[in-house]
Amino acid sequence: MRLEPVAQPGLARQIGFPALALLATLGVGMILAAIAGADPFAVLGQIVIGAVGSRLALLETLNRATPLIFTGLAIAVAFRAKLWNIGAEAQLYAGAIVTVALGTGVLGGPVVLPISALAAMLAGALVLLGPVLLKVRLGVDEVVTTLLFNFIMALFVSYLLEGPMKDPMGMGWPKSPALIPEARLPRMAEGLRLHWGFGLALISAVGVWVIQTRTTLGFEMRAVGANLRAARFAGMPVTSVLIKTALLSGGLAALAGWAQVAGVKGHLSADLSPGFGYTGIIVAMLALLHPLGVVVSALFVAGVFVGADAMSRAAGVPTYIADMLLAAALLFMVLALALTRVRVVRG
Amino acid sequence: MIEILLSASFWAAVLRIASPLIFATMGALICERAGVLNLGIEGIMVIGAFVGWMAVYLGLPLWGGVAVAFAAGAAIGLLHGILVVPFGLSQHVVGLGITLLATATAYFAYRLALPQVTTPPKIEPFQPWEVPLLSDLPLVGQALFAQTPLTYAAFACAGLVAFVLYRTPLGLALRAVGENPAAVEAQGVSVTGLRLGAVMVGSGLMAVGGSFLTLSAFSSFFFEMVNGRGWVCIALVVFGAWRPGKAVLGALLFAGFDALQIRLQQTPVGAVVPYQLFLMLPYVLSILALVVMSRRAQVPAALMVPYAKGER
Repeated sequence: MRLEPVAQPGLARQIGFPALALLATLGVGMILAAIAGADPFAVLGQIVIGAVGSRLALLETLNRATPLIFTGLAIAVAFRAKLWNIGAEAQLYAGAIVTVALGTGVLGGPVVLPISALAAMLAGALVLLGPVLLKVRLGVDEVVTTLLFNFIMALFVSYLLEGPMKDPMGMGWPKSPALIPEARLPRMAEGLRLHWGFGLALISAVGVWVIQTRTTLGFEMRAVGANLRAARFAGMPVTSVLIKTALLSGGLAALAGWAQVAGVKGHLSADLSPGFGYTGIIVAMLALLHPLGVVVSALFVAGVFVGADAMSRAAGVPTYIADMLLAAALLFMVLALALTRVRVVRG
Repeated sequence: MIEILLSASFWAAVLRIASPLIFATMGALICERAGVLNLGIEGIMVIGAFVGWMAVYLGLPLWGGVAVAFAAGAAIGLLHGILVVPFGLSQHVVGLGITLLATATAYFAYRLALPQVTTPPKIEPFQPWEVPLLSDLPLVGQALFAQTPLTYAAFACAGLVAFVLYRTPLGLALRAVGENPAAVEAQGVSVTGLRLGAVMVGSGLMAVGGSFLTLSAFSSFFFEMVNGRGWVCIALVVFGAWRPGKAVLGALLFAGFDALQIRLQQTPVGAVVPYQLFLMLPYVLSILALVVMSRRAQVPAALMVPYAKGER
C-alpha cells in the first residue's frame, strides 16, 4: 500500500473529508463522555445548549470568541507566511501590560482607548520582532524562541503584579489597579453584555482578509509561505516581508490582551488568558488559515469551551473534555486535508 | 557563590534536575536524527508524568510505572509518526496538536480518576541509592553517587543512545534516514519503518523523562508541572548540535543554572533581585544557547522533509 497524490480533488473529497473529521471529533467526544460515566448524547446536547441555548450563553460565547479571533488571526497571518509564531500568549500579555500602563491614569479622555490599542499592538509586535530578527539574521528557529518567550513573559507579568504594577488595594491578590472608566471598552449596545472588542475583532478579520487578498504585501506573504526560495528568486524582499508579517501578527495577538483588559477584566492578572495564545493555533488551523474562517472557527471553539463549562457543572464530566475535543478536531482536520489530496493505492 | 559551587548538595541537585531533561532530550534527538521534529514533546512529558504516577498509585512497582510511561509515550509517538511520516503532514502543526491533545488527556484522566482532591495524593518515590565505595568519596561521593536509580538510568540511556547511533548498523541507518532517505530506501531498508520506530522510541524516552518528575523528583502529579521543560529539550538538541554527548553537557549546564538560581535566591543577591528574574534565567539561557549554536550546527539534512517513495 502506498499513497498517491490526487491532481484535482473533486468536491466530494473536498467536503467529505473535513465533514468526516468533524464527525470523528463528535465520536471522540461521545466516547470520552461514556468513559466519564455520562450519557454521550446528553453530554453533547448539554454542550450545545450551554454554548448557544440562551441569550446569556450566546453572549458568553461571543465574549469568549473575541480574544480567540484576535489570536487566531495573529497565527493565521504568521502561519500563512510559514512564520511559526507560537508566542501569541506572550504577545497577548505584552498588549495587556501596555493597556494597563496607559489606562490607569497616565492618559485621560477619549484618546485613551485608541492610543492604548496602538501602543498594545506595538508592544506585541516588538515581542515577536526579536525572535523573527533572530530567524532572518542568524537562522535561529522561531518555534522554540517564541515558545520560550511565553514562559519569560508569564514570569515578567508575575513580577509586575508583585512589584511595579501591584494594586495597593488588591488585598494581597496579585493584580494591577483597575482601568479608569475612559479606558474601558464600551458595550456594543445598551444593556448588552458584549463589548466593542468583538466588533473590532470582526473588523480586524475583514482587514486582514483585505490585506491578504488585495495588497502587494498580502501577495508577498503568501508567496513567501508557499515557496521561500522561489519568492527570493523572484526578487521579493523576503526579510522585509517576514518582518512585516511578524509586526502584523504580534500586533493582532496583542489586541487580544488589550480587548480582554479593556473589555472584560478591567485590570491585569496572571490568569488573564487561559491559553488564548495556544488555542489561537487551533482556531487558525480549523479555519484553514483563512481570516474570515477564523471568525467562524473562533465562535465554534469558544462555543465548545463555554458549552463544556456548563455541561461539566451539570454532568460532572471534567471540562478538559473541551481541550481534548479541540485538539482532536485539529489533528482530524489536518489529516482530512491531507486525505483530500492523496489516495491509498495497492502495490 | 563559591560556597554554593563547592557544596555537594548543589552538584547532586544539578544531576537531579538534568535527569528528566536528559531522557527527553535523547528522545527528541533520536526523532530529529531520523528526520522528524517532535513538538509533541511537552505533552508527551505530561502524559509520562501522569501515567507513570498513576500506575504506581494503582499499585505497580516504581519501575513498572516507568515502563508504563514509556509505553504510553511510544503509543502517542506512533500516532504522531503515522500523521507525519506516511501522510507527511506539517510536523509543526501535528506536534503542537499532539502536545495539546496529550496534555488535555492527562488532565482529563486525572480529574476523572481523582474528582475531588484538594491536595494531590502522594506515592512512595524512588529513594537515593548510594553506590557502594564511590559514594564514600569526599565531596564527589555525595554529589554524584547518591542519586535515585532513575538518574543513573538517564546517564546510561544517553550512553546507550550514543552507542547505538554511532557504533551499530541500526544507528547508521537512523542517521542516514535523517540525511538522505532515498539512499536508505535504495539499500532496501524501509524509511517509513525506521522513522516510525525512531519516533516511537524517542517519544517513549520523552515520557520517561516526564515520569522522572512524579516518580523521582516529586511524589505527586501537579498540573503544569512539566512547565516548558519539553521546549527546553528541543533547544538542548540544537545546543548539542544533534550529538548525544554535547546534548548531555547542555542539559548539565542548564541544570547547573537552574540549581544555581534557586540557591542564589536565598543569598543577599536574592533579597534585592526579584525571584522571577532568576526563574527566567533558564529560558533566557535556552534562547541564548540557540543563538550561539545555530550558526555552526549541522542540522540533519532531511529534518522536517517528508519522504515519499519514488519522488525526487
